[in-house]
Amino acid sequence: MSDTPNTPAKGFLAKHAILERSPTLLLISSLLVVTVGGIVEIAPLFYLENTIEEVEGVRPYSPLELAGRDVYVREGCYVCHSQMIRPMRDEVERYGHYSLAAESMYDHPFQWGSKRTGPDLARVGGKYSDAWHLDHLIAPRSVVPESIMPGYAYLLDTPVNAEYTADLVSTHRFVGVPYTDEMIEVAAADVLAQADPDTDAYDDLLERYPGAQIRNFDGAPGVSEMDALIAYLQMLGTTVDFSTFTPDASR
Amino acid sequence: MSSNDQKDIDDVTGTDTTGHSWDGIKELNNPLPRWWLWSFYITIIWGVAYSIAYPAWPMISGATAGLLGYSTRAEVAQDIARFEDANSEISAQLASADLNTLLENEDLARFATSAGGAVFRNNCSQCHGSGAAGAVGYPNLLDDDWLWGGDFDNIEYTIRHGIRNEEDWDARYSEMTAYDDIFSNQEVDQVVQYVRLISNQAHDADLAAAGEELFLNNCTACHGDNGAGNRDLGAPNLTDAIWLYGGSVDALEETVRYARFGVMPPWGERLTEAEIKAVTAYVHQLGGGE
Repeated sequence: MSDTPNTPAKGFLAKHAILERSPTLLLISSLLVVTVGGIVEIAPLFYLENTIEEVEGVRPYSPLELAGRDVYVREGCYVCHSQMIRPMRDEVERYGHYSLAAESMYDHPFQWGSKRTGPDLARVGGKYSDAWHLDHLIAPRSVVPESIMPGYAYLLDTPVNAEYTADLVSTHRFVGVPYTDEMIEVAAADVLAQADPDTDAYDDLLERYPGAQIRNFDGAPGVSEMDALIAYLQMLGTTVDFSTFTPDASR
Repeated sequence: MSSNDQKDIDDVTGTDTTGHSWDGIKELNNPLPRWWLWSFYITIIWGVAYSIAYPAWPMISGATAGLLGYSTRAEVAQDIARFEDANSEISAQLASADLNTLLENEDLARFATSAGGAVFRNNCSQCHGSGAAGAVGYPNLLDDDWLWGGDFDNIEYTIRHGIRNEEDWDARYSEMTAYDDIFSNQEVDQVVQYVRLISNQAHDADLAAAGEELFLNNCTACHGDNGAGNRDLGAPNLTDAIWLYGGSVDALEETVRYARFGVMPPWGERLTEAEIKAVTAYVHQLGGGE
């Protein structure tokens, strides 16, 4: 290599040789340039007031729904199902009101997904009966012959372990979901109570998690992961009261 | 090597070199093509202009709205409104139409059926099948064997309020008794064989004969004296060859022991008035409408 560069440019532009000849300096400079993008694009989201607009009704997941959500994540449902209705006519006509940021504010991590091999699930709650979800999760082709979804019959045989529910809930509090001490304390009882409409906890559970659906989701005794998953699916997209929602257009 | 102010010209090409040399091989210092350079400058200008025209720069409480006033939300609302406007007249006509006289208005009937087909494929096909032929536990809508009635008013009521759901207090409701704790094993067999008898299937005559009295005492209140069903209670006709949960001995035994409780969600809140009427008209014309 020669001792000195032979560049025709003059002045400031000629100085790029300094960067090119010092890998460390080049690395640091590239980092600085990329950081500008990060500061402009990401940082404002943490302070802008309209990042998550306030809507009525969104609440943290009940323990059973949270357990179902864990099953959803564990089984990789997000690989084929999105939970993000984009603001486009075809999506709104098919799936319902476009998703709001507030609807996934208690999701850690969010389940927006990026691929729709199956349909979007952001508003699947209440669309089908529990029995349909049960049939469909056990043997998808028994109800939708053209489906390519795998079966998840074993969820019926896997009980929800209430021993770890409090840990699960407090972990979500650790990452920012506003669960109260009381909610964590009774989480283990709540996770079982939501799948049994005949317990004394019915009203308290509803008070803690307004709008929670309390019933035996899988029709079988005990609380299985099937109960949890169906409880989660049946509440998806149902919490926001859209009669109180006025869209802010500048978003 | 040459110094900074001297050009190091490559002899073969006559082009300036960067001065870098590896084993005597030098790197030519060709300038960037002009078209590339100008494209680069134009993209920078474009980027600045774009961020002024469209929502972009984060400020204190929100981002700049952009000079063009573009908004994805406003756009989707406009888009939906455009189609609603285009159909508003006929939708309003359908929403207030009496379905019983729908067929008198050919245009409206055609609109209702095709709009209803779209509603059906999006919302109903998962249970009732994309061809409406149903599945085990989910009624076939192509035949004229109705659980709760197959005229326009009954179909509309079922769609609007659903069946045995918890969301709608006006949902159709009935609940079969589970006989697991009431009948002995033998009695279950007898009733099952009797149902096989009245549905004209292979059966054990002795058991069936013994099951007749059990059937008359326990089942006829809902299923009727002759087992032909009762639409007011959504009790299926047991004498035909059409089965919701299956007519085999095993399926019948499960039905008798544990009962069935098919649920349909209410659609009155999810669908618009015109959509409900449309899908009613669609289901009615599938083959079994009364």
